[in-house]
Amino acid sequence: MTMLVRIWGCRGSLPVATNTSKLRVRLIAALQAARWKTLGSKEEIIRFMDAELDFSVTHSFGGNTACVEIESGGSDYVACDLGSGAREFGNRALAAANPGKSDTFHFFVSHLHWDHIMGFPFFAPAYVAGNRIRIYGCHPNLAEGFVRQQRAPHFPVQLSQMAADIQFVQLEAGVSAEIAGFSVTPKLQQHSGDSYGYRFEQSGKSIVYSTDSEHKLEQTEHTRAFVEFFRDADLVLFDAMYSLTDTISVKEDWGHSSNIVGVELCQMAGAKHLCLFHHEPIYEDEQLETLWRDSQRLEEITRSGQPLRISSAFDGMEILV
Amino acid sequence: MDHSNAAALQAALEPHLPDCKPGGYRIVLDLSRLSYISSAGLRILMITSRQIKSQQGVIAVAAMQPVVREIFDISKFTLVLKCFDTVGEALAQTAP
Ligand SMILES: [Zn+2]
Ligand SMILES: [Zn+2]
Repeated sequence: MTMLVRIWGCRGSLPVATNTSKLRVRLIAALQAARWKTLGSKEEIIRFMDAELDFSVTHSFGGNTACVEIESGGSDYVACDLGSGAREFGNRALAAANPGKSDTFHFFVSHLHWDHIMGFPFFAPAYVAGNRIRIYGCHPNLAEGFVRQQRAPHFPVQLSQMAADIQFVQLEAGVSAEIAGFSVTPKLQQHSGDSYGYRFEQSGKSIVYSTDSEHKLEQTEHTRAFVEFFRDADLVLFDAMYSLTDTISVKEDWGHSSNIVGVELCQMAGAKHLCLFHHEPIYEDEQLETLWRDSQRLEEITRSGQPLRISSAFDGMEILV
Repeated sequence: MDHSNAAALQAALEPHLPDCKPGGYRIVLDLSRLSYISSAGLRILMITSRQIKSQQGVIAVAAMQPVVREIFDISKFTLVLKCFDTVGEALAQTAP
């Protein structure tokens, strides 16, 4: 049974947009590299782009804040967080909807910081009568957080005016629930106002969504608990927002982690694939590419068991699990 | 050096910190027998270095094995601590 994880948004804190001058820098780099080449067909151009241009010239990490869909072949939609990436997710779901048939969406919310809920007012399926939306979380004020962001003067349409059947469902950290064909286990994480990671299991496969989570590996019990949470996971989406030096100095207790700690925890847990997530909004694509390559190199030189695959999330990325 | 023994490094360094200041000692860590260092070990080096810098003292690391050197590069710890190829070079270069 193969699952597909689709990244609709991976940026931390605030959505970022590219602009004309950045786009022109990329075009110049691409055209310069293409001089004296004979690139006739579209296929030849794509081959050239993939083989000879830097990742950060041909890709953008994006864009939108956290929203990650897990497709497992079931009839319901399952996703983590409702950041600004939820807008495109919703539009795609609407376009794929069968006429006269309603859809069910299950969202697992890490916490109520704005970047993780800001997409919901723009999630078009929530305006369609007959659709069912279930929003799961462990914060006691889960519903209040969503209702409040759509209250005047912040937004013109109140949550109660959205036509879909929207319900909030409380989960408890450490207690597994059976939802949409998954066994889902939330875990409390260190973050301002608390956040929760989710471990999804189905047919022997496991995916861990763990963002907005600070780690203090010198605390033995903390480390042991997270190694267990990540244990043998097929994929770990991990908050790698800051550099290690920042997380242990100026940005200590800011509630985020680093690529280096991600590699260490996944190595200890025997996880198979680490996906760097919740990118710092001030990082340009080139910096994020360097961070990704550095993480791969660190894994390579410190490997003791099975190799750990490392990727860096970008909007539109699809990962087979 | 990982989260299981980082505290021991901190305990070993602690007694030497008060005298690591102008007119006192310099600390040079000989890393030639260190084969790996994790974030927990780097954190202790960061804390130690910050304390020493606050009292105008000098701390340096020397003789790193290639893997440790690369971990320092990737984690940007080469910007946190003065790094030297040999202990002799570290002592010479940090002499007042
Ligand atoms: Zn966030
Ligand atoms: Zn947050």
